[in-house]
Amino acid sequence: MAEIKESPLKKVCIICAKGSIEDVYATLVMANGAVMEGIETKVFFTFFGLDAITKKQMKRLKTATVGNPAMRAPGGLPFPTVLGMIPGVEAGVSAMMKSQMYKLDIPPVDEFLEMITAGGGELYACKLAMDMFKLEKEDLHEEVKGVLTVGDFYAMCGGEHTQIIFT
Amino acid sequence: MATKTYAGQTVEVNDEGYMVDPSQWNKEIAVEIAKEDGIELTDKHFEVLEFLREANEKGETLTIRRVGKSGIVDIKGLYQLFPGGPLKLSSKFAGIPKPASCV
Repeated sequence: MAEIKESPLKKVCIICAKGSIEDVYATLVMANGAVMEGIETKVFFTFFGLDAITKKQMKRLKTATVGNPAMRAPGGLPFPTVLGMIPGVEAGVSAMMKSQMYKLDIPPVDEFLEMITAGGGELYACKLAMDMFKLEKEDLHEEVKGVLTVGDFYAMCGGEHTQIIFT
Repeated sequence: MATKTYAGQTVEVNDEGYMVDPSQWNKEIAVEIAKEDGIELTDKHFEVLEFLREANEKGETLTIRRVGKSGIVDIKGLYQLFPGGPLKLSSKFAGIPKPASCV
């Protein structure tokens, strides 16, 4: 068998289509991590992922406490779904998630976006989803470079050693 | 463990080129390590390196955010000082272990 030679990753194109805390942060951590490794990074936010770059929503992201089978109470105790339905529980759980992250020096969403662009990473919004949610470019964080069609985005994802990641 | 000679001094390094013993570090060594990565160190670089060494000594987890809030340089500036590896390269030049953080 021929020897497989590893060659370093040069570019990542990350797509964020969901708007929960963990989905958005998965995207942001991966994007920032790539930038820190010197990898060219482009992030495309679409559907509910747009919340991460929408000024009004970016500070209000939540973790789902209903329909989330991985949800556990502190200490690993079971967390029955009915509990998650009680008003305030989702907000409480979300606040706790955020405080745990801040302890690890993971910044709030707006600051995280600025960290990514400070290193040369680029952020884009999906035109179709923007139209769907009736959003304008002014509704988005200043660091968002543009609003693209999916074709425009794919056109940026060419080149050797490029990966598209869907989080 | 490999050894390398920088500025006439033999230092222990791991297989990624990070110094094993931060106490063997000095400025001349830093200049030569940085040269290998094509970076010429300025006073600003050294301010960052000293900050990282101090934080490392205190056992703090290093992140680019921490450096960005140090008052020495913002994150954009940090990327300009250490292109392609704001935390990895700076830690390497500072003679401290490769950072184990993801941010």
